[in-house]
Amino acid sequence: MAPKFKPGDRVRVRVAYPPHHFRTPGYIQGKTGTVEVVHGAFRNPESLAYGGDGLPKQYLYLVRFAQTEVWEGYPAGSQDQLLLDLYEHWLEPA
Amino acid sequence: MHDHEHGVHAAQTETTSPHELRVRAIITLLMDKGLLSAEELRRTIEDMEARTPALGAKVVARAWVDPAFKARLLADAKAAIAELGIDTSAFITLKVVENTEKVHNVVVCTLCSCYPRDLLGVPPAWYKSLNYRARVVVDPRGVLKEFGLELAPDVEVRVYDSTADVRYLVLPQRPPGSEGLSEEALASLVTRDSMIGVARARTPAAD
Repeated sequence: MAPKFKPGDRVRVRVAYPPHHFRTPGYIQGKTGTVEVVHGAFRNPESLAYGGDGLPKQYLYLVRFAQTEVWEGYPAGSQDQLLLDLYEHWLEPA
Repeated sequence: MHDHEHGVHAAQTETTSPHELRVRAIITLLMDKGLLSAEELRRTIEDMEARTPALGAKVVARAWVDPAFKARLLADAKAAIAELGIDTSAFITLKVVENTEKVHNVVVCTLCSCYPRDLLGVPPAWYKSLNYRARVVVDPRGVLKEFGLELAPDVEVRVYDSTADVRYLVLPQRPPGSEGLSEEALASLVTRDSMIGVARARTPAAD
């Protein structure tokens, strides 16, 4: 399967606290950013953490967020950026 | 008292924190079930500790002297690093990000302690501390200032939170006054902290 997103696409991070291991920090949930890099498909850590096979693989993206959009108190007008690796099933089009 | 009956304990430190006790229990179970031998454990620790930031420094120095290599390094780090005769077959996916006049990169793992171990070895204690992990994403400029690095307001700070399967290494800027130095001399200016992004590379001694 082809990746759902490409560099430049705007994506929103899903808000979810599933009762198992996941690698999407709470602070970025609900925030909107821009896909910077499509890293490729990796085995899903939410399955690997419990001895699973991590399949189907999930596309992993480097997503860029403006610091001013992540933190309320970040100095206005700053160009600073925050970049995170996020799996496709945590992202939706924005 | 230290238990000298099991080789595993000899390879561990003397502390008995809850984490240490848990690790010891897991190791004992793995050995009892024949899944891990004392020799394999010892060799793994030896291999981990044999890797030092000198490996990363060698890569950075080559990128400073060879623009074509730098371009390949930024595009596909593993393939470029293999050109230097470094065995990258067991490397985790690596991305190198370049510091410039206008952009400063810094790396963290807010969830745990993901770190480019393949090129830098074992992370420093502060990298794993809750203090660094929690604060560098919220206030990178403030945290960098505590490390002695003050950045101009027009420099864009990019914090990389390595949350998943990719490790990030910062390519620091080549320091002023390093023109004409050999690749080996340049490598000696590249520190661990400059490749995490909390410092600049050293400037050559002025003598």
